[in-house]
Amino acid sequence: MMDRISISVTVNGTVHTAEVEPRLLLADFVRETLDLTGTHVGCEHGVCGACTILMNGDSVRSCLTLAVQADGAEVETVESLGDAENLGPLQKAFRDHHALQCGFCTPGMLMTATDMLRKYSLETDDDIRDGLSGNICRCTGYQHIVDAVRAARDERDGR
Amino acid sequence: MSPPDDIDLTRPKLVGAKVVRREDPRLLSGAGNYVADIKRHGMLHMAFRRSDHAHAAIRNIDTKAALALRGVVAVYTGGDIAEMANPYQATSRMKNYQATFIPPLAVGRVRYVGEAVVAVVAESRYVAEDALALIEIEYEPLVVLIDPEEALKPDALKLHDDLDSNILAEREFIRGEVDEAFENAAATAGERFHFTRTTPVTIEARAAVVEFDKGGRSLTLHCTTQIPGIVRDKLSEIFDLPGPRIRVIAPDVGGGFGGKTSLYSEEIVACAASRALEKPVKWVSDRMEDLMTTGHAFDEVVYADIAIAEDGAILGLKADVIGDVGAYSIYPWTATIEPVQVVSFMPGPYRIENYAARVRSVATNKTLTGAYRGVGRPISVFVMDRLLDMAARKIGMDPMEIRRRNLINDNEFPYKAASGLVWDKSAFQACLREAADGIGYDELRHEQQAARAEGRWVGIGVASYAELTGVGSRIAVAPGMPINTGTETCNVAIDSTGAVTASFGIASQGQGMETTLAQVVAEVLGVKVEDVDVILGDTSAVSHGTGTYASRGAVFGGGAGTLAAKAVREKIVRVAGHLLEAAEEDIETGDGNVWVKGTDRAMTVRDLARALYSDMGRVPKEMRDEIDNLEATKVYDPFFGTTTAATHMCLVEIDAETYKVEIGKYIVVEDCGRVINPMIADGQAHGGVAQGIGVALMEEVIHDDSGQVLTASLVDYVVPSAVEVPSMDVIHVEAELPGTIGGFRGLGEGGTIGAPACIANAISDALNPLGIEITEIPATPERLFRLIEAARNS
Repeated sequence: MMDRISISVTVNGTVHTAEVEPRLLLADFVRETLDLTGTHVGCEHGVCGACTILMNGDSVRSCLTLAVQADGAEVETVESLGDAENLGPLQKAFRDHHALQCGFCTPGMLMTATDMLRKYSLETDDDIRDGLSGNICRCTGYQHIVDAVRAARDERDGR
Repeated sequence: MSPPDDIDLTRPKLVGAKVVRREDPRLLSGAGNYVADIKRHGMLHMAFRRSDHAHAAIRNIDTKAALALRGVVAVYTGGDIAEMANPYQATSRMKNYQATFIPPLAVGRVRYVGEAVVAVVAESRYVAEDALALIEIEYEPLVVLIDPEEALKPDALKLHDDLDSNILAEREFIRGEVDEAFENAAATAGERFHFTRTTPVTIEARAAVVEFDKGGRSLTLHCTTQIPGIVRDKLSEIFDLPGPRIRVIAPDVGGGFGGKTSLYSEEIVACAASRALEKPVKWVSDRMEDLMTTGHAFDEVVYADIAIAEDGAILGLKADVIGDVGAYSIYPWTATIEPVQVVSFMPGPYRIENYAARVRSVATNKTLTGAYRGVGRPISVFVMDRLLDMAARKIGMDPMEIRRRNLINDNEFPYKAASGLVWDKSAFQACLREAADGIGYDELRHEQQAARAEGRWVGIGVASYAELTGVGSRIAVAPGMPINTGTETCNVAIDSTGAVTASFGIASQGQGMETTLAQVVAEVLGVKVEDVDVILGDTSAVSHGTGTYASRGAVFGGGAGTLAAKAVREKIVRVAGHLLEAAEEDIETGDGNVWVKGTDRAMTVRDLARALYSDMGRVPKEMRDEIDNLEATKVYDPFFGTTTAATHMCLVEIDAETYKVEIGKYIVVEDCGRVINPMIADGQAHGGVAQGIGVALMEEVIHDDSGQVLTASLVDYVVPSAVEVPSMDVIHVEAELPGTIGGFRGLGEGGTIGAPACIANAISDALNPLGIEITEIPATPERLFRLIEAARNS
């Protein structure tokens, strides 16, 4: 066993301290140690985007990040966006536009879209598609996801 | 055939409404329950050491160092598992079929890269993977069979010593006088077509968690399967356990597309380990394992020829299909499932009286092929619709016109296709017409002329197809297989709290069946959609069911759900007649209420259930004895199944510098019968087309000559992202409804069936000035570059 390292990470507003192996992936820390299983692991090599979370306000692949790298960081996961009985606006837009089928890529899509909506104007569908291009969805063909993000943008902008 | 009256359209319509999905709130908030999310006290973790040889004898396996590692609980080899689990194979009554045993862990010999050889069980996944690296396996390499056209030769090395050859299945279809048809043809066209190997890539890789109940000596397997019933039934034989002691649950499953319709080795090994160790065991595939072991798709070479008359009428069709099915015959579908469907569906929706076809399924040192969205039909449509365009060009006929002349007309149904399949009436011609109108065909041809004048490569593609969906007991989904794929079961129950539960043997992998089946049951029963809880993917829910595959969910689920809900409604009406003191024919149900027509005498279904179950004396004993409870189990068998037809059209442009294909427009016009939920139906078409775009342009599993998989990551195996899939139009033609209960036709696979042919035709149309015909896909930039260079240099 490798020596464990003490880390302190703020996840969805709650501070968690833990002793972790240096090799522990942030995705496994979130899912296994903190039991926040909304973050999904789809490829473990940074391509599919299912594990996307926000770290200090930027979207990152939690499968390519070590838990020790998150020491001192603010992490946001899908669980921060709203719960099943009280969905947040982006989650609601996804539901209204049927932007998910199996739901496995969805947490990563939502976190990427959250990042996009906070930082970019997203004027056109091409902008939205470019922003989503690092997240693979195998079910929807993306069209309804684009519709949902566009609707969330309109709500953000009061259009 | 008149529309069935099984769903009363006089009530407010739930079937056909855009109902938001009931499964969404949990999936959107991270509260889904996927197999990888399951945790149990004392749970152990399993990992597999896999073969890095495509073909080799195993000389020795040394697991001592792995076993000695702290945290490792058990290590199993093929010999160990052979003592813990009975052998199994995919049998079939089909003539000229050879079954193979599929060892859960390799015994003595490995036959493809990625085949599981050793399983390690440890206290954590990290430790299990550490232990894998400590296992030493000595291999003696054997000749590797990569090319199926070599492997089928009589002198080829046999992959399975006990079989006669590497040809696992062979079949011929002959109708009419095909040679004569070719002699009388005004034009013929023929080619060697190659449809390469792909892989499903569900974003959730496969996984299994097994719980062992020490007291009951029973196993519960939570796994990512589309076929919980089939898995349960086979595990019962493999472990000599009666059904009630093996429960298979498919919880939230992250996509299937056919890849999860087979029984997998890891599920068997996890069950064996859990039973032996009396502990929960978890296995979650990583992506590399998934790309190398989940049933691959397609992989056929097709030699095909078409003969047409001067007026464009198809006179004859010939096809010789060689399917590369990999190392073993997959369970339960067998090595026939994919290649045989290619020849069964090759004549498609066209009038073809003379047909001769042969198909051979050939074993090679590659991953097993199995079912993938469309199964066989993406290739048959690719070949057939490519041939039609090639032949049309020879006689100077427009591609739309040659289809119009050959598509079966409304007055010709039911039509028996040359391969023996029977098409019931479906909107073949209307789909073609509406697609042309919808995309603005004539206008696009003008635009194309202008683009060509500028030297741009712009093309228009069209493909029409028919698929048999919701296939009942008349035909097995795979020829001769000993599994009943022709029925499904539904139990509808209103319990003593007044809650409605509808339980099915089918499972959902994202199709939204918790919503669509609730719509159907609620409509028939007369309750609200949100009042119906739908149970799917749990073998304890109904006594028999197989699962979700072959575009059968809506037909079977909707049908069985309708039958069971009707039976329960009859019981409600009976009890209400007594409680509301009215004749049964005057009782109405709707929105969760029961009332006497034209009066204010009413009660809720909930109060009615309480009156029956809990209030002694309110319902007389005689009536209770007669109806027992507010519950019914019904089995639906659509017997023939029903035809879903569609036409796809698209506009593409090939970039003159990068050779990348851009899809500018895409339209799908399909006849899927009565649409249950238009939002969900559109989503199925979008997703199917996206996968078809991947097949047409990007996706290919590549092996080198030694059988190594060169596409073992999502960097190398590229699937479409949001920038490669265009916005598309989907039109549902609700023409004459079929004879299935509810008038539903299946639609899950369609998008993937039409898209490869449609796009290949568009690319060929774009490159027509160079005389290029696409015969091999995916049409990657590299392939197009080579074709264009060769055409320019010739």
